[in-house]
Amino acid sequence: MKVGIPSEIFPNELRVAATPKTVKRLQKQGFEVYIQHNAGIKANFSDKEFEEAGAKIVNTAADIYGNSDIVLKVKEPSAEEVSMMKEGLVLLSYLWPAQNQELLKKLAEKKVNAVAMDAIPRISRAQKMDVLSSMANIAGYRSVIEGSFHFGRFLNGQITAAGKVEPAKVLVIGAGVAGLAAIGAANSLGAIVRAFDTRKEVAEQIESMGAQFLTVEIEEDGATSSGYSKEMSKEFIEAEMKLFLEQAKEVDIVITTAQIPGRPAPKLWLDYHVAAMKPGSVIVDLAASTGGNCALTKDGEVYTTDNGVTIVGKLNQLPNQASQLYGNNLCHLLDDMGKAEKFKIDMEDAVVSRAMVTYDGKVNWPPAPLQVSPTAGGGAKKATAPTTEEVKISEQEKAKKTALTTLISLAVVGGLLLLVGKFAPSEFIQHFTVFVLAVFVGWQVISNVSHSLHTPLMAVTNAISGIIIIGGLLQTTDDFANPITILACIAILVASINVVGGFVVTHRMLKMFKK
Amino acid sequence: MIEIGKEIQTAAYLFASILFILSLSGLSSQESAKRGVLYGIVGMAIAIIATLLGKGVGGHVYIIAAIAVASVIGILVARKVEMTAMPQLVAILHSFVGLAAVLVGFGSYLDPKTHTLTGAAHTIHLVEVFVGIFIGAITLTGSIIAWGKLDGKVPSKPWSFKGLQLMNLLLLSACIVLGVFFCKAEGTGGMVYLGIMTAIASFIGVVLVMAIGGGDMPVVVSMLNSYSGWAASAAGFMLGNDLLIVTGALVGSSGAILSMHMCHAMNRSFFSVIFASGSGAGNGGEKKAIEGEVTALNHEEVAGLLKEARSVVIVPGYGMAVAKAQYPIYDMVQTLRKAGKNVRFAIHPVAGRLPGHMNVLLAEANVPYDIVMEMDEINDDMPDTDVVMVIGANDVVNPSAQDDPASSIYGMPVIEAWKADKVIIMKRSMSAGYSGEDNPLFYKPNSEMLYGDAKASVEKILGFLKN
Repeated sequence: MKVGIPSEIFPNELRVAATPKTVKRLQKQGFEVYIQHNAGIKANFSDKEFEEAGAKIVNTAADIYGNSDIVLKVKEPSAEEVSMMKEGLVLLSYLWPAQNQELLKKLAEKKVNAVAMDAIPRISRAQKMDVLSSMANIAGYRSVIEGSFHFGRFLNGQITAAGKVEPAKVLVIGAGVAGLAAIGAANSLGAIVRAFDTRKEVAEQIESMGAQFLTVEIEEDGATSSGYSKEMSKEFIEAEMKLFLEQAKEVDIVITTAQIPGRPAPKLWLDYHVAAMKPGSVIVDLAASTGGNCALTKDGEVYTTDNGVTIVGKLNQLPNQASQLYGNNLCHLLDDMGKAEKFKIDMEDAVVSRAMVTYDGKVNWPPAPLQVSPTAGGGAKKATAPTTEEVKISEQEKAKKTALTTLISLAVVGGLLLLVGKFAPSEFIQHFTVFVLAVFVGWQVISNVSHSLHTPLMAVTNAISGIIIIGGLLQTTDDFANPITILACIAILVASINVVGGFVVTHRMLKMFKK
Repeated sequence: MIEIGKEIQTAAYLFASILFILSLSGLSSQESAKRGVLYGIVGMAIAIIATLLGKGVGGHVYIIAAIAVASVIGILVARKVEMTAMPQLVAILHSFVGLAAVLVGFGSYLDPKTHTLTGAAHTIHLVEVFVGIFIGAITLTGSIIAWGKLDGKVPSKPWSFKGLQLMNLLLLSACIVLGVFFCKAEGTGGMVYLGIMTAIASFIGVVLVMAIGGGDMPVVVSMLNSYSGWAASAAGFMLGNDLLIVTGALVGSSGAILSMHMCHAMNRSFFSVIFASGSGAGNGGEKKAIEGEVTALNHEEVAGLLKEARSVVIVPGYGMAVAKAQYPIYDMVQTLRKAGKNVRFAIHPVAGRLPGHMNVLLAEANVPYDIVMEMDEINDDMPDTDVVMVIGANDVVNPSAQDDPASSIYGMPVIEAWKADKVIIMKRSMSAGYSGEDNPLFYKPNSEMLYGDAKASVEKILGFLKN
């Protein structure tokens, strides 16, 4: 199978979908690799390097799109690029399907099977192919580096012979992958880091990266079942704005990373926030391309406002590093799809079926919702209407079913008990009652025992089950020649070993447990 | 000697039952555990004394002699046993309960008093005797085999053949038929049937445990624990003694819960373990090929890694128990902690050969239990951990359980050691774990092997750390 990598034609796109390292990997997977002349030049990969890695250099994009079975791309293709594609081509690229319905239609018309790398669901298994995470990681790191560059002071606090330096205060808004990466980078440079997120569950992650979690005093959780955050209520946003205004007066660098998939970025840092900031402070807006979290952000530009605040709306993508990670993500996906030999588009697969936005001439977007783990039942509210109802119905049916089985088993148990009651003598019933109740008591009591005490528990129950000694005791008579007495004596002997041994050994074990 | 009335005896039994329940519930936390043992001892003493003082008990001399001899043996054994040999001791003690149940059952059958019963009461009594002996015999031989396996006297590999289940089923039906004959027999004429049944039950006990592999031993031991309880309970029924019934039921359900815990921890159904029908998960699909290569470090390099690490997690397994490495490990932990590093232990619920085995061993070496974590407590911290040391554990850190549906342990919760920056695996050789599964963890780029006996290795590392 042939894998082709065209040059990216968008001038600001510096990345490339393969690097010499991933080319080697692709070949190991059994693919033949073709790459367009100078495709990697903006990311500092020369044709020579690609050739040495085993790729064949092709001159035009038309050759790539016309002859490859699989095309790897970074930026979504232009109309012109789509027109060059051959039928049945598998395209792996960023596509932003929610915003690019027209493009999807065109791809479907061309019978291109397109995988939107940005639509890979965020489940554990797919983490290795999650390009949003890998790219966000870079952006988060870079945002701190660039912010620090424009800030022009130390990030860490120092006490030197020349005087004391206050540490810089960094505020990170949105603790997704980019936000967490930014927190980590800022923290390791020595800054005091604070972070805000509408999702309560990330507080722990924020703290684990070394930042202080800021929150507003309103009970509302922004987590959704898709793993992204949702838009919040009016009261919440007001409280949030107030909090930001207080922070604006204090912090030196603000890094905003809040994005909502398929929509313009929420405006979180308004003009009066910027006005409240000290001269020399910096805002790095990672959401600049989707409209910006800061009201004053200009996409693709770095400029200083009248009150001396630098707003960064353009980040270096670290194209070399980014290409490497993106290329790895692509390799992982191809790995999952069966490599060259068994390459297959498996629409049953949870990952492939969701990311495959056009398949067999049809547009496959939006896909069925998929629950992600982070909240585990936290809020599966806003799925599409029919599915929630379906889920509800199936849940109801399930509940009905369990109720029915419980009813039947209870009826069976009741019937059996009646039967026992009919035939068994009263004495037996008494004992039986005691027995059943004791089983339940035992069940309840033991359920609380902690894991670490299982061995002592076993030893104690062992000792206690030596209670069978009572049986022996009741059977002994004064006549030692009686076989019953002999049997009983042996029983007493072994049961006592059990009792004594069990208790002594438990005691010994417990003596060792100490705090 | 003073004699007490039946009512007072019953009251004493009730008190003993309460003490036993308190004893078990006392074990729910470390603080109250010692009190729990005390309750158990007092309860047992009350039960024995109340019985001895009751009407119709003769032969006090023999009884006291037997208890005295047994106490000496019990204390000696319990004092001498090494903590690493705890599973064996527990198993052999179970067999004693089984033996006692069998003996009491035969005694009860021979007892002329019971033959005065008539009608349904008589039949029920005979059934009780029969069932009691059946459970007792299975417990007896099953525990002996379990002891042999744990002690290495019997090969720990599962021994099984096609039609094993069918044979067991046939044997079981044979026992039921024998039971019918037994109930119909006059006087003590049913002795033959009882004898044959005991032989068959003993055989079933042997086969049942033989078929179970060493890795499933925690389940088997707790299951036998449960059986020993049911055997005591059955004896209670045949003697009409509520204390025996209650205590037996407590032990029985406790063992059952433990076995279910263990099975749950291995993501296997109880029946698939007991009937040795292989694992429930992991059918179909081909095994994932393992990529990467195994790299090894020497002791000095490992010590270097530990010196640089800020947080270290130690995952012990059965290998630590075998090598008795817990003492040097704790020395090493203390050295690291003194250097300001965050060192903790991660314990998988089925690590070792007995529920809670690792906790006991670590406690023996005086490891404070607040740095001993359960799997669920520590898995979230793995990505922030610098070094994970896997000492003599294998299946419990196998990533196949999460990502390879073809693996026989797929779906079993495991300690996510591979998420740490560096994983050091101390192992004697490259052989597979008890499940027989190869472990892709060893091949991961952040994994390093350290071959050799766990104890010797840890001591060497400790030497380098102290220099």
